Amino acid sequence: MAAVTTTTTVGPVRRRFPFGRAAAWTVMGLIVLITLLPFYWILRTALSTNAGLSADPTNPLPVDLTTSGFERALGLQSAEEAVKQGGAGGGLDFWRYLLNSVLVSTLITGCQIFFSAMAAYAFSRLRWRGRDKVFGLFLAGMMVPTIFTLLPNFVLIKQLHLVDTLLGIALPTMFMTPFAVFFLRQFFMNIPREVEEAALLDGAGKVKIFFRVVLPMASTPLVTLGVLTYITSWNDYFWPLMVSYSDSSRVLTVALAVFRAQTPATGVDWSGLMAATLIAALPMLVLFGCFARRIVSSIGFTGIK
Amino acid sequence: MTIASSSPPSRLPAGGASEPRSKPRTRRTEVGETRGDGRLAAVFIAPALLGFLVFLLWPTLRGIYLSFTRFNLLTPAKWVGLDNYVRMVNDPIFWDSLKVTVEYVVINIGVQTVSALAIAVLLQRLTQSAMLRGIVLTPYLMSNVVAGLVWLWILDTQLGIGNEIISALGADRIPFLADETWAIPTIALINVWRHVGYTALLLFAGLQAIPNDMYEAARVDGASEWRMFWRITMPLLRPVLAVVLIMTVIGSFQVFDTVAVTTAGGPANATNVLQYYIYGSAFGRFQFGYASAMSVALLVVLSAITVLQYRLTRAGRTDLG
Repeated sequence: MAAVTTTTTVGPVRRRFPFGRAAAWTVMGLIVLITLLPFYWILRTALSTNAGLSADPTNPLPVDLTTSGFERALGLQSAEEAVKQGGAGGGLDFWRYLLNSVLVSTLITGCQIFFSAMAAYAFSRLRWRGRDKVFGLFLAGMMVPTIFTLLPNFVLIKQLHLVDTLLGIALPTMFMTPFAVFFLRQFFMNIPREVEEAALLDGAGKVKIFFRVVLPMASTPLVTLGVLTYITSWNDYFWPLMVSYSDSSRVLTVALAVFRAQTPATGVDWSGLMAATLIAALPMLVLFGCFARRIVSSIGFTGIK
Repeated sequence: MTIASSSPPSRLPAGGASEPRSKPRTRRTEVGETRGDGRLAAVFIAPALLGFLVFLLWPTLRGIYLSFTRFNLLTPAKWVGLDNYVRMVNDPIFWDSLKVTVEYVVINIGVQTVSALAIAVLLQRLTQSAMLRGIVLTPYLMSNVVAGLVWLWILDTQLGIGNEIISALGADRIPFLADETWAIPTIALINVWRHVGYTALLLFAGLQAIPNDMYEAARVDGASEWRMFWRITMPLLRPVLAVVLIMTVIGSFQVFDTVAVTTAGGPANATNVLQYYIYGSAFGRFQFGYASAMSVALLVVLSAITVLQYRLTRAGRTDLG
């Protein structure tokens, strides 16, 4: 946009063909292509048959258009039919994993955001002894890479007999992350004191102020943080891999890896695998689609993760 | 490690913080304004503090403790002093996986930072389209597992469209993820694909803070875009770039998911990154003590890198304003 205004201010000098801009747009176009083509390729592969894929690997359209891959991934196909179609016949049920993923991510996001918001409120709008020291401790917690706590946390979850449960997967991140507390505190601190005082004069208590004033005023950062937390927990693989062993607690990311491991290296069921991949990826694309504008414009603040 | 927290924690209003809490009864008689919110704060902070103590502080200390023990998860941990560390120093596979990890990080961060910077500048100087910003972010919405599987398929030696194109161009097919020399760069680039958009948006946010007048003034003086990039954008973006670099390097060292679903550490340990080796030691061979010792080593390496980068890039200071 800046360039457009300058061409007019430069005035009488006729500009030649803007090679620089054309080159820049070409690069931008390439970037968009590399970004988006893999998504199309998932869809194209998922709608093809495995026989078609090996017969015609370069066809840009689905080969022998079929929903067989999805049926296999969702466990709607009989074992022998699945094997005939190039699947492993292992009977993975992605409906179940989808439900597990939704439960875990919802539990983590709901609790984490709410508890973090409560803590952030205490750190920003309440006055108590040792407040800054405790907050400093939380900040220091951001320095510990998540990965370092995974092994000891697994030992703890095992001692609590929560291995292979959805609660076991959710528990470590359910209460807070230092980042969420820190991030929300920034926003709560910026709420003008007058707003709070006006509510106090109206006879509202601090608890009521939290629910009726602070939370509604911070709805945008809360939604942004919520969506990002949901995406993060949905996409997490390492921790659920440690904790979950069976169908009862298997989430989509782990199920995908199992699906991949089940198929023989020589004859991978690409069609079924890509269908399953799409099932795992689509909900996040839809979620992002709903909130894209808000998230994209506020990622500057949320970015420090 | 913040952009947003450049302002120091706000000073408490007089009274509240320094108030001794040991005598609440006498204090209660004072006017409401100066009274602290101790009790209420305790309630509000309780869940988060519980989570912090139980799932962050305690595991951190325990992880360090376990690194000095022999522990197989079934019998109680047994103190063995520095045994695990001695073993680590003498373990060629450990050093090899450290080397592989560093190789991965260098390629991953190198390519990602340059690409993200290019994308951020394009998003700032070429167009302000929010839709394009949304598009470059989409791979970030995928899990590493999904990203790994998609590229595993695209780069498949026999049927992958990537290799079909290479072969159509007359070159030999490349076994990207099955070859010792190609595997690490390939995994590094797959993760660039997933993370570059997010990194670019962070840098883009930093670019937004640079006043447009500067570019206008430079343009009046006849400066080219290239020159403006080196003379205006880079110097003013430096503090943000430094913080983003520290963040991404720390994240990059923790690579695991992509390796697990594409190569499983192979071929011949060529992609046995540190985190994968740690996982194998703990869950494959049940050597939790040894795995913890390697985790501590990783923690030390990451802390050292953070401090070093922070010093070198003067991340805390800004040249703007």
